[in-house]
Amino acid sequence: MTNQNTYSDSRRSFLKNSIVGGAGLVIGINYMSCKTDSATVEIIKDMPNQWFDFDAFLKIGDTGRVTIMSQNPEIGQNIKTSMPMIVAEELDVAWRDVIVEQAPLNTEWYTRQVAGGSQSIRQGWETLRNAGAKVRQLLVNTAAEQWEAEASDCTTSEGVISHSDGRTTDYGQMAALAAGKELPEEVTLKDPKDFKIIGQSQTNVDMDGILTGKPLFGIDYKRDGMVYASVMRPPSFGQTLVAYDDSAAKKVNGVIDVIKFGDKIAVLAKDNWSAMKGKKALIAEWNQKEKAEDSAYHTDILKEHLDRKSEKPRRVDGDVDKAFADADQVIERIYEAPFLPHACLEPMNFFADVTEDKVELVGPIQTPQWQQNRVSDLLGRDKEQISIQMTRMGGGFGRRLYGDFTVEAAEISSLAKRPVSLLFTREDDMTAGTYRPASAYKIKVAIKDGEMTAYHLTEAFFNGMMFDPMPSNFPCGAVPNYRVDCHSIESNLTTGAWRAPYANFLAFAEQAFFDELAEILGKDAVDYRIELLEKAKANPPEEEYNYDADKFIGVIKLAAEKSGWYNKGNKNLGFCAYYSHNTYVAEVAEVVKKDNSTVIDKVYCAVDCGLVINPLAALNQIEGGIIDGIGHAMYGDFEIKNGRATIDNFNHYRLIKMAAAPEVEVHFVKSNNDPTGLGEPTLPPAGGAVANALFSATGKRLYKQPFIKEIDVLG
Amino acid sequence: MAEYTINVNGQDHKVNVDGDMPLLWVLRDHLGLVGTKYGCGVAQCGACTVHADGEAMRSCAMTISQLGNKKVTTIEGLSDNADHVLQEAWKEHDVPQCGYCQAGQIMSAAALLEENKNPSDQDIDDYMQGNICRCGTYLRIKKAIKTAAKNL
Ligand code: FES
Ligand code: FES
Repeated sequence: MTNQNTYSDSRRSFLKNSIVGGAGLVIGINYMSCKTDSATVEIIKDMPNQWFDFDAFLKIGDTGRVTIMSQNPEIGQNIKTSMPMIVAEELDVAWRDVIVEQAPLNTEWYTRQVAGGSQSIRQGWETLRNAGAKVRQLLVNTAAEQWEAEASDCTTSEGVISHSDGRTTDYGQMAALAAGKELPEEVTLKDPKDFKIIGQSQTNVDMDGILTGKPLFGIDYKRDGMVYASVMRPPSFGQTLVAYDDSAAKKVNGVIDVIKFGDKIAVLAKDNWSAMKGKKALIAEWNQKEKAEDSAYHTDILKEHLDRKSEKPRRVDGDVDKAFADADQVIERIYEAPFLPHACLEPMNFFADVTEDKVELVGPIQTPQWQQNRVSDLLGRDKEQISIQMTRMGGGFGRRLYGDFTVEAAEISSLAKRPVSLLFTREDDMTAGTYRPASAYKIKVAIKDGEMTAYHLTEAFFNGMMFDPMPSNFPCGAVPNYRVDCHSIESNLTTGAWRAPYANFLAFAEQAFFDELAEILGKDAVDYRIELLEKAKANPPEEEYNYDADKFIGVIKLAAEKSGWYNKGNKNLGFCAYYSHNTYVAEVAEVVKKDNSTVIDKVYCAVDCGLVINPLAALNQIEGGIIDGIGHAMYGDFEIKNGRATIDNFNHYRLIKMAAAPEVEVHFVKSNNDPTGLGEPTLPPAGGAVANALFSATGKRLYKQPFIKEIDVLG
Repeated sequence: MAEYTINVNGQDHKVNVDGDMPLLWVLRDHLGLVGTKYGCGVAQCGACTVHADGEAMRSCAMTISQLGNKKVTTIEGLSDNADHVLQEAWKEHDVPQCGYCQAGQIMSAAALLEENKNPSDQDIDDYMQGNICRCGTYLRIKKAIKTAAKNL
């Protein structure tokens, strides 16, 4: 029996707790004037007259208010709330007395200022806990010195230091005395059972700003003297600029200048609309230097590679060829997925001000340090001259790892010698993307005496190995003969990571395959997954596999139990389990029939992500990941014709909308293990769960995304 | 170029722009009201939703010359203290992820509640179809609208 917490039932009580804390918290940020609630004002400490710096994360004010710097970029994964909660926990202050500020890029103070791979919480955990605990200990030591007492006789709670003899002081009074002193080397961290902030729901620290339209995002950033830039880029991949005529563009009202850089042309204007109009008035001639690719070519070349063995397979266990030769039956299926744009709702943008002595960059970026290096190389400037301030991001999903827009803004500002705000139109954003590469997988298994004896995955995709399936992931270990081949094919389309890279499609392929295999073998789909994981435990291969079979079984059983899998009667349920980004997830989708069609009605989800830092925010990530996963599996389609993206805005690119979003019920495996990430791992299993549920409802197996081209679903 | 006087959040503003400039860019780049967001420019995402004489409309698809004398309300003018019944409900349900779509979602929801004080699930789905949330916060948006309707 797995321990679990059901947050869906107890959410109301979390909310009650968090409203007081959350509302108090946001007061301090920038919007004090928004608040008139006197009850809330009373319980929080006054704004300090003086602040004292401690470590890279902390400032403490003379009234006991605390400012915590949030080091990583906020992309909607809520780390601007969750990471400071970890510092506040070990510092032992009341969350309502905390103010959160976004830290700028600072490579000396912080490690890994990156949003990506669902790693912020996991990799920040120890550092953040220690940052809080060390300052707490320093404040306690300072109080003990004042009292000529032993620090070990002192305790803390909500920013108050108490001696066992009854004397008390607080962080505000000790801050001036403690600031500047050496932090203790070794500190004792809290026992998770004593956590007061971690594990309690806290609302988003930027909530009031978001709800009142404050300038939080990159697109909102303004500076005196700033001009707006819109850029014309080669319309097809593989093209270069031959010649252009900007005379009409320059006549557009509001246009200030037109600047060519590389194969691109920037129109600068006094507002975004004039810049966009100016761009439309440009006339340019392009040369198709490289192959003009199209979707038919992509499909064919991917499939062609599925019949090849790579020279260097990614992993081989046992003797796959012999197992296939000895098989009673061989089953082979091919799965296909298209290129996908990221479609962040805030289009790519950046602010740059390049002057003689400094380069100021402000905007939404997942990888500030990388961009600092690139701009340094491009402009030949010292890194010390280049500052990057990260704004809140209107989504990222991997697109904002790639900073092409940051570098463009810097280059334009440097040529224009003005502060520049660069904005991609939606059309620019969709046609000059860094797409999830189209891919195709072939899964082939050998069956002997009713057992799977070999599993051979062949993968083909475009541009680079970072999208390899992790070859030691399930079902590695669960089958004696196992092989993974990978083929990376060159394409002149720009490609990159897209939320849950590789897993976002492989999970569907693999888990739809196992659903079908269980059916062929006459086994229950859930029992069969467990049976395979038990095999991995009983007979591990020589080379280790990368998952914990017991944790995997834990989420599988929990999802089966909560969805009523074993008493499903004639309900149409589909099962899928996947391990990615260090988190275990199992999902069961329920599909109902309606008006001669089908509706995705509900998804049950079981998650093992270790300790849950902020339950309400964790649920939001999980719901969002599932809805996003379903949306893209159902509708995500992207066509390339003559080297050019034919789909360039939301009238042709279909994203999931409210009516199609199913109910989501989440169950966490109760755990005190170190936390892992949640930004990505619930997305990959969603497509598989839905495909398997749709099979149950319609008898049709799905092998290709988007599903909507293959099957009728309402939404 | 012509001079237009527009009333936004109860205040008159004079702007000197081309008549084909969408209200969205007048608000954002000329009046500094950046709460109204650009998402698509073609009336397909809802990020730019504002009210014109109380009715929800996509500010990217209405030019300044079409606006005429209609009075505009943006997210900045929805309430004085972030305490509109929808804003309160949004906090209660911790709705936003990235937050970019949320001003438009709230403005659409506010117009819905003006028309229909007790919307059913179907009414909400139908009315909110024009507002995309790329982060997938739809379940919370729906719950928050229902909470707000109850607290009206
Ligand atoms: S920006 Fe107006 S609807 Fe998308
Ligand atoms: S919260 Fe990110 S688009 Fe809606």
